[in-house]
Amino acid sequence: MKKAVIVRDYTIPANDFTIAGEASSNVRKILTQLGVSPNVVKRASIAMYEAEINAVIHGKGGNAHVEIDENKIYIVISDEGPGIADLELAMQEGYSTAPDSIREMGFGAGMGLSNMKKHADILDIDTEVNRGTTVHITVYFNSDKKI
Amino acid sequence: MAQAYFHSVTLDKDRCKGCTNCIKHCPTEAIRVRGGKAVIIAERCIDCGECLRVCPYHAKKAVTDKFESIHDYKFKIALPAPSLYGQFGPKYTRPQIVNALRKIGFDYVFEVARAAEIVTNATLEYMNNDKVKRPVISSACPAVVRLIQVSFPSLIENLLKIESPMEVAATLSRQEVNKKYGIPAEDIGVFFISPCAAKVTSVKAPYEDKVSKVDRVLSFKDIYIPLLEVMKKDNDKQEPFSLSSAIGVAWAGTGGESEALNKGRRIAVHGIKNVNDILEQAAQDKLDDIDFIEALACPEGCLGGPLAVENPFIAKVNLKNEIENIRKSRAHSVHKIDNVERLVWKSTVEYRPIMKLDDDMMKALEKMQKIDELTEGLPGLDCGACGAPSCRALAEDIVLGSAKETDCIFKLRKKVTDIAYQLYEIEDINLSGNEKYQNFTLPNRKTEE
Ligand SMILES: Nc1ncnc2c1ncn2[C@@H]1O[C@H](COP(=O)(O)OP(=O)(O)OP(=O)(O)O)[C@@H](O)[C@H]1O
Ligand code: SF4
Ligand SMILES: [Mg+2]
Repeated sequence: MKKAVIVRDYTIPANDFTIAGEASSNVRKILTQLGVSPNVVKRASIAMYEAEINAVIHGKGGNAHVEIDENKIYIVISDEGPGIADLELAMQEGYSTAPDSIREMGFGAGMGLSNMKKHADILDIDTEVNRGTTVHITVYFNSDKKI
Repeated sequence: MAQAYFHSVTLDKDRCKGCTNCIKHCPTEAIRVRGGKAVIIAERCIDCGECLRVCPYHAKKAVTDKFESIHDYKFKIALPAPSLYGQFGPKYTRPQIVNALRKIGFDYVFEVARAAEIVTNATLEYMNNDKVKRPVISSACPAVVRLIQVSFPSLIENLLKIESPMEVAATLSRQEVNKKYGIPAEDIGVFFISPCAAKVTSVKAPYEDKVSKVDRVLSFKDIYIPLLEVMKKDNDKQEPFSLSSAIGVAWAGTGGESEALNKGRRIAVHGIKNVNDILEQAAQDKLDDIDFIEALACPEGCLGGPLAVENPFIAKVNLKNEIENIRKSRAHSVHKIDNVERLVWKSTVEYRPIMKLDDDMMKALEKMQKIDELTEGLPGLDCGACGAPSCRALAEDIVLGSAKETDCIFKLRKKVTDIAYQLYEIEDINLSGNEKYQNFTLPNRKTEE
């Protein structure tokens, strides 16, 4: 029999903070229904939320693709925005290029990427200036990474 | 005392018309209409009382104890919830209400507002500990605690692990009575005077291994008229001893508990849908700059409790009035308590994974896949005619074995059409040749697809 895999695709709108986060909240519900442990659910949904919100703020919107099997959740957030010139720098806590207007809304502390790294078991980022950014997040259901 | 899934919120079958109002409003999707009547799925119900509020036929009721049950005990203590003071207009002030409670049969009155002030102090102490997970979420509203248990397990660690004002009042009043009058414990009956269905449940079926110190719960609705009659007859305005200050009374409405803390960034959210939205944000760590969340399931907090008599907005004015009176006449004498540790929960509440499709992950995945497929095939109107709150909820019910696809009226119609065609083909009936069926045409099969 074919292995059961749950797939979800979401569109991430540009600059719409009210809708941003809907995809990760939906994924939270799915994982809960599947009986995934609360700690893992939380980590996956926080990592996904950070990637989603980055696509909204920095990436001019994009797409979220989610695959869930019996061992893990694999999340791909992609955008065709400006890309990240210096990824190593961007990964540093506190580094942000968010404009003041975004900061006023409580974003732009420069914590998103490091937060993703903290919560994901595997984090892969493909990015190219002027082409866009794709973030791959994997969280294993049996991982005991604590946060 | 604790029974598996006791609930105060229950259905009055005779009144239920089988409409879809309640199924659509239930925050945990705990209601279905089956066989023309609403059915509450016990393990999902959090007793928030939302269905009581939305039912146009008043077919949902909250079970409480009868007033006559006060005679089961020799010495009767009343614990009025502070929202009781909002139920009466400006003519009747708090001292009158408290005195009237004694006149209708109670031997002693201990305001829950007094206990609320103690809980405020305990909360401040509790929050002094930097190790406590922020935002701290109030545990005063049992419907919110149960919502967290079923839908937001990661927030259990954020719950304020301090006994609720009702429980504190029950404990302290017993001690006070025992000390003052030497009444033995078995002769004392403690009666919570309640606007709240969830509190009834938390007394009759407490969380996990907890035991409630409250004996009975009486509804505002049952006690309102007797109180009013007494107050109309003899207007005893004499102030009883040890009434609470304004801080405890303010707990009745929204903002009371959080403002009493008087420091830090605090959210006061009320109404179960709003609470759900805020908890959703907290669950995603979006509120880590908030210190405290006061969350009350009812609109306008306990003033909007399902057993309240007065409209919550009018009750709010009444309460405000009372609070102003207290501020004018009384000093802020908040009751101190020495060993706060006594009020800290001995054990925490547990995650109740009722939304889980299967204990076995593989099976859960297969079920989810089946649900996805079924949902795809349903019209997506979320009309509720099948008795489930949404098309997806019906798909879940089908996969979990409690419903069938033809509960959907659109699916049923298609099936009937298909059967009609099958019959037509089997019998090879020539309808147009039969005079009797001249005006009869089979529905177009293509467009029905
Ligand atoms: N999808 C993206 N497209 C383009 N640039 C990005 C993208 N994601 C991140 N960046 C760049 O990396 C920086 C750091 O991102 P990070 O998520 O850590 O912080 P932030 O989004 O600025 O602030 P915070 O996440 O704390 O609200 C961003 O300021 C931005 O310059
Ligand atoms: S808000 Fe008050 S009345 Fe309503 S459920 Fe919560 S505790 Fe009960
Ligand atoms: Mg970010």
